[in-house]
Amino acid sequence: MKQITLDIRSLHVYYDSFHAVNNVSMTILEHTITSIIGPSGCGKSSFLRVMNRMNDLVPHARIMGEVLFRGANIYAKDMCEIELRRRIGMVFQKPNPFPFSIFDNVAFGLRIQKKHNKTFLRERVEESLRRAALWDEVYDRLHQSALELSGGQQQRLCIARALAIYPDILLMDEPCASLDPKATKRIEELLEKLKEEITIVIVTHNMQQARRISDYVAFFHTGELVEWGTSEDIFDHPQKQLTKEYTQGLFG
Amino acid sequence: MRKSADRLFIAGALAALGVALLTLSSLLVTVLFDGLSRIDMQFLTSFPSRKPEEAGILSSLVGSIYLTGLTALIAVPLGIGSAVYLEQYAKKNWFNLLMEINIGTLAGVPSIIYGLLGLGLFVRILHFDRSLLAGSCTLALLILPIVILASREAIRTVSHDLQHGAFALGATESQVIRRVVFPLALPGILTGVILALSRAIGETAPLIAIGALTYIAFLPDSLFAPFTALPIQIFNWVSRPQPAFHENAAAGIIILLVTTLLFNAAAILIRNSLYSRSARPS
Ligand SMILES: Nc1ncnc2c1ncn2[C@@H]1O[C@H](COP(=O)(O)OP(=O)(O)OP(=O)(O)O)[C@@H](O)[C@H]1O
Ligand SMILES: [Mg+2]
Repeated sequence: MKQITLDIRSLHVYYDSFHAVNNVSMTILEHTITSIIGPSGCGKSSFLRVMNRMNDLVPHARIMGEVLFRGANIYAKDMCEIELRRRIGMVFQKPNPFPFSIFDNVAFGLRIQKKHNKTFLRERVEESLRRAALWDEVYDRLHQSALELSGGQQQRLCIARALAIYPDILLMDEPCASLDPKATKRIEELLEKLKEEITIVIVTHNMQQARRISDYVAFFHTGELVEWGTSEDIFDHPQKQLTKEYTQGLFG
Repeated sequence: MRKSADRLFIAGALAALGVALLTLSSLLVTVLFDGLSRIDMQFLTSFPSRKPEEAGILSSLVGSIYLTGLTALIAVPLGIGSAVYLEQYAKKNWFNLLMEINIGTLAGVPSIIYGLLGLGLFVRILHFDRSLLAGSCTLALLILPIVILASREAIRTVSHDLQHGAFALGATESQVIRRVVFPLALPGILTGVILALSRAIGETAPLIAIGALTYIAFLPDSLFAPFTALPIQIFNWVSRPQPAFHENAAAGIIILLVTTLLFNAAAILIRNSLYSRSARPS
């Protein structure tokens, strides 16, 4: 039986009075890939941003309900969001490498933790780039600007950057949205491998992708969690008509 | 039809540029013609004098350099600090909105008003007298709004995506500012600072208002020493009746221009090296 990593209980997200996520309860199991699917504007990103408290940075955002990370409420008063974000990493829709060198991008998360030992940094940077399947393409130009990389490489760099601080969970908000099929495939293969070490929650608009990579799928619609279950449940034996229509591409 | 309208527009724009360049170059030519022959070591190393051929700009040149340096020392940290606060920390409430509007307005206030403020505040109330410090504080006040506005603009161009990327790695607010926002905004901030300081070098009115002296036959040896500056010296020479003094004034203008240009060039060099470094810091 797999451990519950994230336990979401009656979660609501509001922007001012706008109700973006409505009473969502679900769990995320350790070492699995959970895909969040649903039409545009249904609250997928809002839901994802709750998990590592990135919603704290969004003006007017308000949260109700509980999110337990290994049993501890992440919105409790004594929970430090900085510490939390080091445990729960995030990769964004648009690759957002810093305009620094490749090396400095990957080392960023370590340096802000005051880890400056050169040998340690070098080893961790190499290891992270290997885990993100980017090392072979960049090992000879670690000190060139990250902006010289292709979009797909930049996204893998962002994954390496997130992996470098050994997070337990990786949240990914449509990480392949701006990539071509080949780059997408590389990232999917990468996720398959990564899930042996970490837990992955990924937002995607791509049904084939969700089917290919997920262990669990959660289908959102207008802020509500319509249905969630194993990939087979959702794609082959959906309980709700709405789920069936969406996964078969009848709307969205 | 479309093409000829385009051509007309380009011709108009070129004509406008031509008028501007022509005016500028004719001014430059006159000044160079009048003043170039007057510039020599004696001119650069002499104090002012009643005899035009013995007079020089040593005290005003050194005064201007000290004044600008000191002004930068005061205005740049204050301006950047304010900009960081307003962009990154300030809540959007009526008080901060009022401050923002005020800073915008202050940037447009005539410099003589700052001079009078400096006279009241620094010279009289704080008893700095007509010192280098009083002059620098006054000029610092004058350029502070410009530094703040330019720095805010530069900070605002640092994308939120990058800041969020840093936050998502567990950076604190101050780490995001120091390690992402600030390095990326620095070239833009420097550009603003350069422009502001070039303005400070040429300012005359506020210095006259706080009573900077025109005849100074020694170099300032402390923050509280009286001082003069290039624009004041030039102003003084221009207002003399003897044509020989006018030659001195033209020579002074050339020196002032060269100083400003050198200063800008140095700053641009620094900025460009930062630009290329920002790709590979540390
Ligand atoms: N910062 C914000 N302020 C106000 N409303 C917001 C904010 N962010 C999102 N919303 C609203 O909340 C709803 C859910 O947005 P969210 O970004 O979570 O949707 P999404 O499912 O990720 O959509 P997409 O697939 O297009 O990315 C939308 O109606 C959106 O307009
Ligand atoms: Mg989204």
